[in-house]
Amino acid sequence: MNPDVKIRVEGLTKLFFKKKVGVCALDRVSFEVKNGEFVSLIGPSGCGKTTLLRILAGLEEASAGTYELVRDDPNKPLQSMIFQERGVIPWMTVEENVAFGLRLRHAPKAEIKERTEYYLNKVGLWEFRRHYPSEISGGMKQRVSIARAFANDPEILFMDEPFAAIDEQNKFILQEELLSIWEETHKTVLFITHSIDEALLLSDRILLMSRQPGRIVREKTIDLPRPRRITAVRANPEMAEAFVDIWNHLQNAVRGSALERRDEWALEPI
Amino acid sequence: MDKDVAVAAKSLIAHEKPKREAPNRYRSLTLASPLLILLLWECLSRLSLIDARFFPPPSSIVAEFFRLVATGEIASHVAVSLYRIVGGFLLGVVPGIVIGLCIGMYRPIRFALYPLIMALMPIPTLALMPIIILVFGINDFSKMITIAGSVFFPVVINTAAGVRNIDPVFIDVAKNYGAKTKDYFFKIALPGAMPVMIEGIQMGQAIALLTIVAAEMIGANSGIGYLIWTDYKAFVLKGMYVGLVLISFFGYFFSLLLRWLEKKLVPWQR
Repeated sequence: MNPDVKIRVEGLTKLFFKKKVGVCALDRVSFEVKNGEFVSLIGPSGCGKTTLLRILAGLEEASAGTYELVRDDPNKPLQSMIFQERGVIPWMTVEENVAFGLRLRHAPKAEIKERTEYYLNKVGLWEFRRHYPSEISGGMKQRVSIARAFANDPEILFMDEPFAAIDEQNKFILQEELLSIWEETHKTVLFITHSIDEALLLSDRILLMSRQPGRIVREKTIDLPRPRRITAVRANPEMAEAFVDIWNHLQNAVRGSALERRDEWALEPI
Repeated sequence: MDKDVAVAAKSLIAHEKPKREAPNRYRSLTLASPLLILLLWECLSRLSLIDARFFPPPSSIVAEFFRLVATGEIASHVAVSLYRIVGGFLLGVVPGIVIGLCIGMYRPIRFALYPLIMALMPIPTLALMPIIILVFGINDFSKMITIAGSVFFPVVINTAAGVRNIDPVFIDVAKNYGAKTKDYFFKIALPGAMPVMIEGIQMGQAIALLTIVAAEMIGANSGIGYLIWTDYKAFVLKGMYVGLVLISFFGYFFSLLLRWLEKKLVPWQR
């Protein structure tokens, strides 16, 4: 086994029941993520990518298969998730939200203060530290979510379409901010998105998923040098090709699911 | 760019505030309408257009109030009633919050207790007063128990509803960041349920005042309710009106107090 592997997923399967009909959300998904690697999962909506991430983040149970998150430092939390902007807790100030993970694991006061301040500054929210989430914009809330995860200093970061609800301009800015913070720490990241541009900009490797039941059907390595800028990625002809390639894959996946909606991976009622 | 967002957020706050302030002319209406009614009452009563035995002129009620203040009667009645109200209120609110949180958070507790509470709610605690007096005796404590019994229900139901209303994503966030049972209680359930819970406490406060008057009519020799009841029986309606006005005053005062408390406890809600 490769000692450099950080996330190992093998034959992960998830079945759940909708109106007494079994639905297969994930079908024997297997992949590995190396230490310090930034990997994106991309696939049509409803392909089970969020379910996969939730299982790895300990929020749901798998029906079958195994996964392993390799722990290197017993003093750090193993994983933290960056939720969409509505995951920012409304009754805590910006500062309290960022310190949330550190407080929950009873980190020393000095460390909480230092890390919180560092990441508040990093995402440009220092002046807003005493504001409540209802008083700041959606983009700022997403910054809170990012700062909260990085401040917690986990070994692995899971991100579930963190920029899906953000307008285009803000999204570009946030993506580059995320990249710059990530390049400082080089944590292992598993990133879920349905945006091809986003995946090309951020990832070392992209895993393409099929429509439901989710399976990993292809992978693509993105070896653009870092630090990357969105303009550079856009201007690169190879990336343009990669975009079309992934686009076609997604098109087929979506069309397939529209045509064969009733093809019933859904199992018989039990 | 952060600056732009900052300015936008601040001007939003600045824009919303003045809307809440009612113009002065409306405020004067608020003050004028009760004064007008009192004036009308005074005139009708003095001109014997309404029976002054049932509706003594407000000026004579005020005079009676000052007489009772001078003799010190009022102070002792008010003090004993407030003691019973506050004691009974706390005796109802505290278990209401604790049980409400448990019902909201734990399914087994919900199934065990919620239907029971719904079934018991329509029973007027006042109807149970004879039993309460038999068990606890004719004393302040039995009156507190009666009040507590009425206050408990809106608080427990609103607290449970408040917890159930919390967006499940916050529970995911807490779980992902390693929350323990205590953290779910104090960092998620309690603050998340707070706004709805306080509405329940407001209701409880109003019910406490309704209950105290009735409770002091049975087996009591002091308190505002006693004052109202004895003056009514002696057909000294001036004294009864003084008692009614006092109840109304305390109702208003308590609701202002709770609104103020709400601002302190729920600073994140606008």
